[in-house]
Amino acid sequence: MSNAPVDQGRRRFLTIATSVVGGVGAVGAAVPFVASWMPSEKAKQAGASVSADISKLEPGQLIRVEWRGKPVWIVKRPQAMLDELATHEDKLRDPASEIEQQPAYAQNRHRSKKPEIFVAVGICTHLGCSPTYIADDFAAQVEGVTSGFFCPCHGSKFDMAGRVFQSVPAPKNLQIPPYMFTDDNTILIGDDEGTV
Amino acid sequence: MFKNLMSWIEYRLPFMEKMNLHVMQYPAPKNFNFWYFFGSLAMLVLVNQILTGIWLTMNYEPSADGAFASVEYIMRDVDYGWLLRYMHSTGASAFFVVVYLHMLRGMMYGSYQKPRELLWIFGMLIFLVLMAEAFMGYLLPWGQMSFWGAQVIISIFGVIPGIGDDLTLWIRGDYVISGATLNRFFALHVIALPLVLVVLVFLHIMALHEVGSNNPDGIDVKRENDGSVEQTEADKKFTFHQYFTKGGKKIIVDAIPFHPYYTVKDLVGVAGFLLIFAWVIFFLPEGGGYFLEPPNFEAANPLKTPAHIAPVWYFTPFYAILRAVPDQLFGAIFMFLAILALALLPWIDRGSVRSVRYRSALHTANLINFCVSFVALGVLGVLPATGLYTLLAQIFSFTYFGFFILLWFYSKNEKTKPLPVRLT
Repeated sequence: MSNAPVDQGRRRFLTIATSVVGGVGAVGAAVPFVASWMPSEKAKQAGASVSADISKLEPGQLIRVEWRGKPVWIVKRPQAMLDELATHEDKLRDPASEIEQQPAYAQNRHRSKKPEIFVAVGICTHLGCSPTYIADDFAAQVEGVTSGFFCPCHGSKFDMAGRVFQSVPAPKNLQIPPYMFTDDNTILIGDDEGTV
Repeated sequence: MFKNLMSWIEYRLPFMEKMNLHVMQYPAPKNFNFWYFFGSLAMLVLVNQILTGIWLTMNYEPSADGAFASVEYIMRDVDYGWLLRYMHSTGASAFFVVVYLHMLRGMMYGSYQKPRELLWIFGMLIFLVLMAEAFMGYLLPWGQMSFWGAQVIISIFGVIPGIGDDLTLWIRGDYVISGATLNRFFALHVIALPLVLVVLVFLHIMALHEVGSNNPDGIDVKRENDGSVEQTEADKKFTFHQYFTKGGKKIIVDAIPFHPYYTVKDLVGVAGFLLIFAWVIFFLPEGGGYFLEPPNFEAANPLKTPAHIAPVWYFTPFYAILRAVPDQLFGAIFMFLAILALALLPWIDRGSVRSVRYRSALHTANLINFCVSFVALGVLGVLPATGLYTLLAQIFSFTYFGFFILLWFYSKNEKTKPLPVRLT
């Protein structure tokens, strides 16, 4: 053993330097463990956004697209349907869509980006059945309303903007997924980066 | 020959020495009452959970497709599978029963006060890990309540501003709760958290044996050897490890060796506990829908939400606080604070008299307030959150936190009764 005096400053520097380098190594080693918890490529693919072609969609027609295992509806609403949305708001639970069941850009009377194109997750907010689209017979369900959605399981009723009527089991409006128009005839469901 | 072997081992690994230190010559206060059963019972339940858990993994299949069916298989086709599963599921509830009573004991007799703060902190960490363990275990049968309960609890993390959504995605490993979530919860439930739990229990006991056990009188059995107290004839009959007398600086009064005195006493507790435990397993294994909730007898269905989602009973006091606050983020914060407040008890309580026996009537009333609030919140957490129930949950959340706030104020200059010199 050498009898040289202990250089405390040097010793402290070496201790700190070793700890810092070791700490960086530890953080680096933690990366794979933490990152492996993120969705796998397979899960990402299953959860990826889907695009739908709406060029052939007629006024009043509904098409279904599957997104993350759920049915998503796309309806082209004619002007008459849009006008009707304002007439029955006193019969709705949440006419102004105050409960967060939609992205911010769909928090309006027609609950959509473009007024005529309605996009919604077609699952009743009560117990997850898929409601039926009734294009012109809905007055049998709600007086004075021509069209809407009726859930056959427990009788929940929604208007053409997916807003829930009062006195039905469903508590909330239908969920609106994030979506964007990639061009005039294509909707990308599940992705709204670069919101229009 | 045998003696030589023992001393050969002892020289290399002082096993008997450690046994004497922690068991045969550990001085335990002589006045432990009913409330002192629950520490050893918690250990018993931990052993039960580990043992039955290992056996359950032998037939359980951790996948979204196979989990529910494999639990059915265990229940119907595996010999004694039903018993192993019921011992495990009832054991989870029993764990919380004994742990809550164990914690209440600590609160009644001031066992968290100086110098037992770290002991209390280890206990709270055990409680936290136990909650995580129970939550993850509840997802594994992959029933409706497994799925939707996990949905609700994981979404609590989603309210954290900024990182919430990414955090829930990271926890789930998918955009919805899926097989990926199930598999990681399985890994954590059967390997990671039990290891942490066992280490924490070890630290809890080491910390206990360092500062010594508290008792219903809240006064020490290890005293300064300065003539202020004398050992009685009974005290002199026992041999305690010299570690506790610090080479004659301390004398030990009114204590008895942990073994055989408390091992035998705990055995009576074990017998009593097992009587009730076995009765529940055989005659009430679902606990009236509180240990195993009815929707969980249906396989998880992401497209169908049960009419009423309630967590298992041991989470409901905290769940009620979460729901009582109208704002989601503040609800989560208050729920977290409800647990943090318990962990900070050693510093919130500024008094020096430990036991409720010698503290003010106000403190007794406040403790009763705490128990009533906790139980009431537990009941409200099971019920749907409608008008009156929400109001009641708000009132009892207020009185729950009121316990800690009041305690902080009155404990500084509390009017306490004189402490006895010796244990009563």
